[in-house]
Amino acid sequence: MKHTLTPQRYLILLAVMLTASIGDTLLSHGMTQVGPVSFAHLGLLFVALRNPWVISGILLLLGFFASYLTALSWADLTFVLPSTAFGYVVVALLSRFWLHEHISLYRWLGIILIVCGVGFVANGPSLTEHPTPGPAGAAE
Amino acid sequence: MNAATSTFETWATILTVAATAIAGDILTAGAMRRIGDLDLIRAHSGLTGAIKAVVSSPMFLLGVLSMALSFFSLLFTLSKVDVSLAAPASASLTFIGNAAAAKLFLHENVDKRRWLAAIFVCAGVVLLSR
Repeated sequence: MKHTLTPQRYLILLAVMLTASIGDTLLSHGMTQVGPVSFAHLGLLFVALRNPWVISGILLLLGFFASYLTALSWADLTFVLPSTAFGYVVVALLSRFWLHEHISLYRWLGIILIVCGVGFVANGPSLTEHPTPGPAGAAE
Repeated sequence: MNAATSTFETWATILTVAATAIAGDILTAGAMRRIGDLDLIRAHSGLTGAIKAVVSSPMFLLGVLSMALSFFSLLFTLSKVDVSLAAPASASLTFIGNAAAAKLFLHENVDKRRWLAAIFVCAGVVLLSR
């Protein structure tokens, strides 16, 4: 049995990438508004929970968690993780075009490396075959 | 970026994020492997059945606890360190740690292709933080 993914499952992986990166960027934007949190002022973390940017970031990260768990139920951790890493490419692009952080030549190189890395795994099998097939063995 | 944040503080917070994230990833991935294909469970007993199956797993709950710890340390870190350093740095550490931990604890077949991907992504993530 080959573990290739249906288009619907690729959509789930796409959701994993996008929600994680956009959620992180929203959180970052919110936390810069809240200001630095120190051990002396841990209460600021609860103030952060009332910031709309932080709230929408958390909502997106909840969506990320749901799609991430779904993906983990039919694919290996070492298969799903590179797709989440692709999200950091999206973070870099978002912080370039939305938060206006500078992207150096090194960062563009990093982006290319990550895209290649994700390409390697995406071509391989998505689930390790174990001698005793679980319920997942009947999937396809 | 906050100029007052020391190098030690930066990396200590980033390491905490990575260590708790690895524990969370391995625990939840192990739990999902035990529970089985969520699409099948949902087809069988609906969305509530699927949610019940996931939430009633102690291994999953432990994983969520580690992830919550990781999340709050990330919030803490993001308030001190640029997102373009903190996110990729903790991610690259989490990434390599997870590849090793998945082989060790989950007995996943981490073949040449996956190690190569791990190294490429890790290097890429380091470059992203430059």
